[in-house]
Amino acid sequence: MTDLTELGVKAIRDGVASGDFTAREVAESFNANVAAAQDALNAFIVATPEKALEAADAVDAARARGDTLGKLAGVPIGMKDLFATKGVQTTAASHILEGFVPEYESTVSANLWRAGAGMLGKLNLDQFAMGSSNETSYFGNVISPWRKEGSNAGLAPGGSSGGSSAAVAARLCPAATGTDTGGSIRQPAAFTGISGIKPTYGRCSRWGIVAFASSLDQAGPMVRDVTDCAIMLEAMAGFDPKDSTSLDLPVPEWEAGLDPDLRGKKVGIPREYRMDGTDAAILKSWDDGIAWLRDAGAEIVDVSLPHTKYALPAYYIVAPAEASSNLARYDGVRYGLRELPQGANLQEMYAATRAAGFGDEVKRRIMIGTYVLSAGFYDAYYNQAQRVRTLISNDFKAAFEQCDVILAPTTPTASFPLGDKVDDPLAMYLNDVFAVPASLAGLPAMSVPAGLNADGLPLGLQIIGRAFDEQGVLNAGLAIESRAGFDARPKRWW
Amino acid sequence: MSVDRETVAKIASLARIQMDDASLDRLVPEFNNILAWVEQLGEVDTSGVEPMTAVIENHQRLRDDVVDADPLTGGGVRDKVLANAPAAEHGFFGVPKVIE
Amino acid sequence: MTTSNYRIHGATGEWEVVIGLEVHAQVTSNAKLFSGAATAFGAEPNSQVSLVDAAMPGMLPVPNRECIRQAVRTGMAIDAEINAWSRFDRKNYFYADLPQGYQISQLYHPIVGEGSLTIEADEKAGIPADKVIGIERIHVEQDAGKLMHDQHPSMSYVDLNRSGVALMEIVSRPDMRSPAEAGAYVRKLRAILRYVGSCDGNMEEGSMRADVNVSVRRPGEAFGTRTETKNVNSVRFVMQTIEHEARRQVDLIEDGGVVVQETRLFDPNTGTTRSMRSKEDAHDYRYFPDPDLLPLELDADFLAECRASLPELPDAKRRRYVEALGLTEYNARELTAEVETYARFEQLLAETAAKLGKSEKDAATQVANWSLSVAPGVINALGAEANPANATAAAQAEILAMQAAGEISGGQAKEIFEIVLRTGREPAEIAEAEGLKQVSDTGAIEAAIDQIIAGNADKVAEYRGGKDKLFGFFVGQTMKAMQGKANPAVVNQLLKEKLDG
Ligand SMILES: [Mg+2]
Ligand SMILES: [Zn+2]
Repeated sequence: MTDLTELGVKAIRDGVASGDFTAREVAESFNANVAAAQDALNAFIVATPEKALEAADAVDAARARGDTLGKLAGVPIGMKDLFATKGVQTTAASHILEGFVPEYESTVSANLWRAGAGMLGKLNLDQFAMGSSNETSYFGNVISPWRKEGSNAGLAPGGSSGGSSAAVAARLCPAATGTDTGGSIRQPAAFTGISGIKPTYGRCSRWGIVAFASSLDQAGPMVRDVTDCAIMLEAMAGFDPKDSTSLDLPVPEWEAGLDPDLRGKKVGIPREYRMDGTDAAILKSWDDGIAWLRDAGAEIVDVSLPHTKYALPAYYIVAPAEASSNLARYDGVRYGLRELPQGANLQEMYAATRAAGFGDEVKRRIMIGTYVLSAGFYDAYYNQAQRVRTLISNDFKAAFEQCDVILAPTTPTASFPLGDKVDDPLAMYLNDVFAVPASLAGLPAMSVPAGLNADGLPLGLQIIGRAFDEQGVLNAGLAIESRAGFDARPKRWW
Repeated sequence: MSVDRETVAKIASLARIQMDDASLDRLVPEFNNILAWVEQLGEVDTSGVEPMTAVIENHQRLRDDVVDADPLTGGGVRDKVLANAPAAEHGFFGVPKVIE
Repeated sequence: MTTSNYRIHGATGEWEVVIGLEVHAQVTSNAKLFSGAATAFGAEPNSQVSLVDAAMPGMLPVPNRECIRQAVRTGMAIDAEINAWSRFDRKNYFYADLPQGYQISQLYHPIVGEGSLTIEADEKAGIPADKVIGIERIHVEQDAGKLMHDQHPSMSYVDLNRSGVALMEIVSRPDMRSPAEAGAYVRKLRAILRYVGSCDGNMEEGSMRADVNVSVRRPGEAFGTRTETKNVNSVRFVMQTIEHEARRQVDLIEDGGVVVQETRLFDPNTGTTRSMRSKEDAHDYRYFPDPDLLPLELDADFLAECRASLPELPDAKRRRYVEALGLTEYNARELTAEVETYARFEQLLAETAAKLGKSEKDAATQVANWSLSVAPGVINALGAEANPANATAAAQAEILAMQAAGEISGGQAKEIFEIVLRTGREPAEIAEAEGLKQVSDTGAIEAAIDQIIAGNADKVAEYRGGKDKLFGFFVGQTMKAMQGKANPAVVNQLLKEKLDG
């Protein structure tokens, strides 16, 4: 029998449905991989093998009864530990939430369980999703399964969904949830040679996801290929009356709509993304992508996104500002850590709890956010950033008058060794320079593997679409995927 | 604009993050680096540009005035509300005594 | 504008007090502003708290339409500008009664803009003429939870039942110049809210409370520095707060000190205010638009329904009572002061007019007098023996109709009402069974008059000789002969005929 952990979402779903194997067999295989890799990769904060088996047994029983099976029936997945899961510790990789066991299930995870998925465990991430290398987790770094050729140095799996990217790349799960605030799905997907899509802001409910920056946060799938993206996103998305920013639209049948034929489509190449400091290998893969899309029938057009340069600084005002407020609830009163030094009053308890509970990067962003919102600075920083955000969004609107999707690199470099950038926040932030503009504009964007660099590390290409046009993004992704022939995978060393 | 140690300390206090001298010393230059970098936004001419309000065209929905219409957002769940509390007593959250 | 002559007499001269009020009024709604938890008063601690209200990770707000609607209707009731585009902001601060670490409120774009209300002249209170008080804005926001300090030696207890309940913050202009004006403003505002139905106005239960902004200045000079005394929960306390704060500030300034802009707390036991330690970050709330919510856009249909559903408001009603119903200013004011009062009056008036086949205007004065003095007098006199439930509009209308038709006298009306209150019996049946009817039978009255004329020939002669005043004597004698049950109108008419004959 084939190793079931070699299969992706579609293959597992179809195999379970046709009786080639049982959902329990699938869950057991992945449970074993999760356990075997934990010490080396640290991808999970908590493993929940019994949850995976329970869901699998329910699917097997449903199939035996002849029930109609869900979109993800029999597919065990990893859940980024930013999604509240009822009865299972949810930490956002922060000490301040250590031991917090929600009495509720996030809308997206509930949608996934309803579709027949099972939970392998809660995936590690950057603390409160703040980071691009998974080095800010209270529960330790996630180690990428990839290594540079000829080196044993630990590499960054990307962030903040680094547990998700590492787990999917290392075949610990066929699929994982991610969240993307400023690139946190796309950048780790690019670093680990997998596919991930951030849908249009509002497609996936934010209810029950630990908030980082509300106007940017979006959940999405991280999987092995474009088809699996379509399948899983269909299961995750949907209108939720509990989220005011949720889109009240039907979920399109993205899987059924997949079509790599791009004849009649225009692909925009944003000239401002040719930035100084971008790897030659990245630029080469971008050119490959252009050639593949042209081969798929698309017309390539030059477009301009003039405010690209300002996206990252705008993001580093808006996101910390929102975070400084969103994270005010972690105060040691109702849940989570409480630090109560002898004789401390209420406000001292807050300060002690938050000092002990938050990691350095989280504190840094709360501080920046507090500063830019504080008396006298609001207009110069926050409002100016939101105005720039309007300009960035307008840039995209203008570009999409000339093209249907935009092709760009996902990241300026391939993965880097752990520890390389931890002491230089700005260098770390630059990782997301290509990812952040689409986040600021709320647009659907995905990363698909495009090839390897000279060190044998994966590179990703990013496709950005019009609002609501995930289908256009997925189709362009599929066109690249079918031409890139990317079948590299990390050699197992764990 | 560059900020001094006192300002950073004030921000920390406003954000309710206790910071010792060493942490403050470490943070001040980082803080200034980041601020100097984001201040390039000042170059952008945004006159006549509205700050973004909704990233994707959408309208605020309003809920019907019905109690406990959805159990996930309704009341009557005291046990769930208190389940993770560091100090729950007699149905209340306990905090160090406050003098108003 | 007529100015108040209220002055603080300091050691160095006279001071004027400047007052602005921020009234927090709980919006009447079943569920909270952003969650489905109930708002009912007096429930077990933390029993009306949703995961949203407790600010669990990942919880999100969705606004309650009714709360928005009531705020808009309230704005319309004070003739304010309604902002069809508004939005919610976060006001950030740390406190144990504020689970999110921020209050969702509206700073930059409130739902209601500039409006006003009029307080009425009240000579005795030192308000020489009607005065318009500007209202800067009304915004919608969340209430906080409650802290209990006296249940544990070293801990305060937090109850989040109120957390997330919808409030309207109604911000006045600094247009008031005396405690009396502030008191009148709060009373008038309360009446409007209760008319509209947007707040029950129950100050004891905290449904309405005021932040009192007070400063002092030399008359005519620029505004002084103000203090804000939080959460004052009765009209009397608002007035006391102003008196105390004004005096304190004057003394402070005259002693060479300066007033600091700060948040203060009123102590009802001593009638004084003191500085609030817990609000030291009050100057830096880091307001910004709540990214969990979209701008609130109200369409024409919504606004039209709000407008159409507004009742007749106190000022308009008072004017109508005077102009269309012919009531006195005093009666009109008394009858329109409270929702319950006018509602009872209008129902009774409608039923009485219908029974009489008269217009409301023709019945109004009788019904007003009954409602304001006769009926309350009977009810008060009976005390606990009265069952208020028996005082139905139908029963009272019947009594009033019998009286208007001359079937019963005013005294009999009271007696019948008394029995109604005690027993719930039918007024007509009571009149019949208890003999509480007056005689309008001209035959019986004529007979009595004839006897009296015959027995008082001297007086008749005097009367006819021009001593008009004696008419009263004949009325009295006739009524006495009829054992008080004769219809006075009939008696008058017959006496006139016979004496003037
Ligand atoms: Mg106030
Ligand atoms: Zn307020």
